[in-house]
Amino acid sequence: MSFVSRGFRGRRRDDADADARTPPGQYLTDDFPVLSAGPTPHTPLDRWSFEIRGAGEPKVWTWDEFRALPTEKPTVDIHCVTRWSKLDTEWEGVSVDTLLAEAGEDAPFVVAFCDGGYTTNLALEDVTDGKAWVAFAFDGEPLDPEHGGPARLLVPHLYFWKSAKWVRGLQLRDDDEPGFWETNGYHNHGDPWQEQRYWGD
Amino acid sequence: MAGTAVLGRLTWQPAELVEAIDETSRARTLVFDVPEWMQHRAGQHLDVRLTAEDGYRAERSYSIASAPGEPLAITVERLDDGEVSPYLVDELRPGDRIELRGPVGGYFVWEPDRGGPIFLAAGGSGVVPLMSMARTRALDGADVPARLLYSARTLDEVIYREELERLATEQPELDVVYTLTRGQPEGWTGYARRVDGELLAETAWPAHESPLAYVCGPTSFVEAVAEGLVGLGYPPKRVKTERFGATGGR
Repeated sequence: MSFVSRGFRGRRRDDADADARTPPGQYLTDDFPVLSAGPTPHTPLDRWSFEIRGAGEPKVWTWDEFRALPTEKPTVDIHCVTRWSKLDTEWEGVSVDTLLAEAGEDAPFVVAFCDGGYTTNLALEDVTDGKAWVAFAFDGEPLDPEHGGPARLLVPHLYFWKSAKWVRGLQLRDDDEPGFWETNGYHNHGDPWQEQRYWGD
Repeated sequence: MAGTAVLGRLTWQPAELVEAIDETSRARTLVFDVPEWMQHRAGQHLDVRLTAEDGYRAERSYSIASAPGEPLAITVERLDDGEVSPYLVDELRPGDRIELRGPVGGYFVWEPDRGGPIFLAAGGSGVVPLMSMARTRALDGADVPARLLYSARTLDEVIYREELERLATEQPELDVVYTLTRGQPEGWTGYARRVDGELLAETAWPAHESPLAYVCGPTSFVEAVAEGLVGLGYPPKRVKTERFGATGGR
């Protein structure tokens, strides 16, 4: 059931393209708001590594090794569960496909793990076939620590809490292990076009 | 509540405004009657949905200001270029109905059995979820030592000022400290600057007392306080943060 809010007119855009790219319940912003649950970690690059853990020996890249991998420059729309969306954001990063191919690992689920202890879970199919990156630059500049630098996961087709900041690796798993927000009231999958915001959506 | 508890879907609930309280020239508390509201925990938020006559809708999230068990209240600050907050602060009146969904969020939460001491750090209207914690503590758990550091631009922009002063007077285990960053009344002897490490060292619990910190405000405030507390020896896991979303959106 819904009803009219007396006197509410709202602020419309006259932009059909932007409307079509804005999922239900979201609004567009030109800002880049920051959301995180605790203090911002600051890991020096000489102590940073990225790791893929699976059935075999973990595959580990130092920062220099990671940065020597081929990169891509995706331009994508991003959607935060707190209701802002931002169109045409420009990133540079290493495709998760590239990392998985180098590691030679395969499993149906992954958990991204991060400095600060944050985790988020994803189905493998949500991070493969060109759908996810480990991003180290935004708008042509190194990624700010408050936005997840030195590197964050970028999975733009899901709500942005899945794009884990300060990411340090992916653990491949046979079972689906809910991560930080997924055990704190938020949806396990998080598709913005289905409005999968909270448990039960 | 166990993190793995499975809840049913949170549905939109009709909510009638029963009272509106002007807190400052820019902030208003809205008290709602929601017949089937599920009780929240201090620190959680809710979603608001407004519908225009032609069916256009806008949704936003707001922190809950009331303690569990009190009539459900949010406090909204008007953002001049906002779409929803000017309506909620200036237009909505008692008897009007809107839709609410929630409560939401399971991490930035304090309940009396979490104990303390607790250090609450508020930047501007970031005080709202912390006020829910202070009210919860006052109703149930007043023996938990608590300090609230509240950074506001001026004294006139302090939300809940009378209630905070009353609580601090009535409760020896609660201290409230203000810092006024843009202007101070004549004779002001309190802090008059943005929060820095020295100010935190003077106001926050020492790390060896194992405090739990909750920090809410704009990003620059949260970054400064969270880093300052870690610098004082607080384990990062004991510093919970919540930040405003887009400046232009609410």
